[in-house]
Parts: sequence; C-alpha cells; structure tokens
Amino acid sequence: MLNGILGRKLGMTCIFTEDGRWIDVTLVKAGPCTVIQRKTQDSDGYEAVQVGFEDKKEKNVNKPMTGHYAKSGASPKSVLREFRVDAANELKAGDEITSEIFKTGDRVDVQGTSKGKGFAGAIKRHGFSGGPGGHGSHFHRAPGSIGQSADPAKVYKGKRMPGQMGNRKVTTHNLEIVDVDTEKNLIVVRGAVPGANGGLVVVKTSVKGS
Amino acid sequence: MNLVEEYAKKHAKTGDDIPKFNVGDTVRVHYRIVEGEKERVQIFEGIVIARAGAESPEATFTVRRIANKEGVERVFPLHSPRIEKVEVAREGAARRAKLYYLRDRVGKAARVKPKHRT
Repeated sequence: MLNGILGRKLGMTCIFTEDGRWIDVTLVKAGPCTVIQRKTQDSDGYEAVQVGFEDKKEKNVNKPMTGHYAKSGASPKSVLREFRVDAANELKAGDEITSEIFKTGDRVDVQGTSKGKGFAGAIKRHGFSGGPGGHGSHFHRAPGSIGQSADPAKVYKGKRMPGQMGNRKVTTHNLEIVDVDTEKNLIVVRGAVPGANGGLVVVKTSVKGS
Repeated sequence: MNLVEEYAKKHAKTGDDIPKFNVGDTVRVHYRIVEGEKERVQIFEGIVIARAGAESPEATFTVRRIANKEGVERVFPLHSPRIEKVEVAREGAARRAKLYYLRDRVGKAARVKPKHRT
C-alpha cells in the first residue's frame, strides 16, 4: 500500500449531497501508476517507492532510461515521482497502484503546479491597495515605500515586491474525498485543487489529520 | 462527452425531472426544508427574473417576489433535490433573458406582460 498517487486534474463541477446541499467538487484522474523502483536504505540510503504515470512512446526514451524501465519490467512512463515509505513496505517493482488506495471520506492533500501569472505587480501579487486613479494623482499601481532611510540603509528580506506569480508548487491540505470510481480511475475531492485542468497533481494522505 | 460532464450528469436530474419554465413566468417553487427533526415543504412564489447555465448540472434560476413591500430574491439550483417541483402559476412574455430591470420598478410597473394564448 502506498499513501499517494499521481493524477491529472480533469476539472470542476458540482453535485448535491444526500441532504440536498450543493457542494463543489474537483475530478482527478488518478493512476493507474506502476512501481518502477523500490529504493532501500541499503542501496540508496533512504526508503522510497518510485512510481511512473502515463505511458511514453518507446522512441522517446533514451538509452539509460530504457534500461531503468526494463529492470522494472514496466513500459516507459512519462512521469516519474517518488514517495517516501517505511522500510517494512512490501511494494516491489512492477506493482500497480490504483485509486483503490483511497475511499470515500478520506482526507487528502493535493499538490499541483499553480497557474502561471507571469511577472505580476504588487497589487495583483500581494493585494496592495494602489493609489487613486485620478484627481491629479500620479501614483497608480506602484508598490510605494519599501522601507526607511539611512538606518537600516537596506531593504528587509522578504519585502513584498513585484515578481513572478504562480507557476509554482502549491499544496491544498485536508480535502475530503467525496467519491472514488476505481473503474474509471476517478477520485472526486471536495473543493478546489491547484493548477489548470489537465495539470499533474499528487494526491496524498493528509498530513494534518484523518 | 468528457469525464467531468459525464460525472456531473450522473448526479443531476434528467428528462422530465428537470423543472420546465421560462424567464418571466410566475412560479411556485416547492422547496423542502428541514426544521430540526421535521421536514416540510415551503412554497416560494415569484417571477423568474434570470436563468443561468441552461439545464447543465450547475444551472440556477432566480425568483423575485415582493414580501412585506420589500423585494426578495432567491437563487435556486435547478437540479437541487430539495426542489420538489416548480409550478408555473402564470406564463409571462419576457422580451429579454434577464429581467433585472424589475428591481428598479415598484407596483404596477413591476409586472411582466402575460403570454398571449394562440
């Protein structure tokens, strides 16, 4: 058993609970993943399971990786990720991991890459208020003062400024699993999941609680 | 049909279960509410001033009524299982899709022309 699985965010919709409340849900196509390598303390210095997700054409795989996949007996995969496990974990190369590892009611963390917003200003990136639009004001969307004068004579680290926004790893914690469809490899979680539709996500057992 | 639509459709109402009415109609929405242990049906009567999302699983509609001289609007999810039925009390002939102009009107001006029978 593994505590996580790789998947693709399919999109959001809404369903109604049994007592008639509207809830927003995100559909994730999770797995099937194949174990490519079982890393152990003896051979690699740490315990982990390397899993592959989604097939890749053989012609697009280079020689070193072809050997790596051949060792596991699995077809080449386009995505490889590792999950840390206990030494007692009995998974071995070639094992399949499906959405069966989760069941309705479980709590999970979902990790994805947020949508990239490019180089964004302080208003969009940090929610600064900005200046007046008109009435003689020339101060519109600039960040304003970034500190004091001769003392401390520097800008403090972590000062919120314009820069790259989005396109980074984001984890949403403690989402409830509403439904699991093992036939279609679907996991339905309540709420939103980071990233665009079609983006790679990692669904893991929640670290914050059950 | 992609997996998202397929999944949502499975949980939504289908065919004749979907209430049928148009913008401008005066409707009586039979809405089940739970009061502690008991469950009862509440009726909300008013003019449908907007529909959003056609008959998709996310679709909603807005009903406006005047209660105690104060305009009250309620947004219902079209597929909500709490909606028992939607009765069309009077059909209206609306010339636009959203009747938001009714918000600015009072009394006799805040009416929708009845649909002519053919």
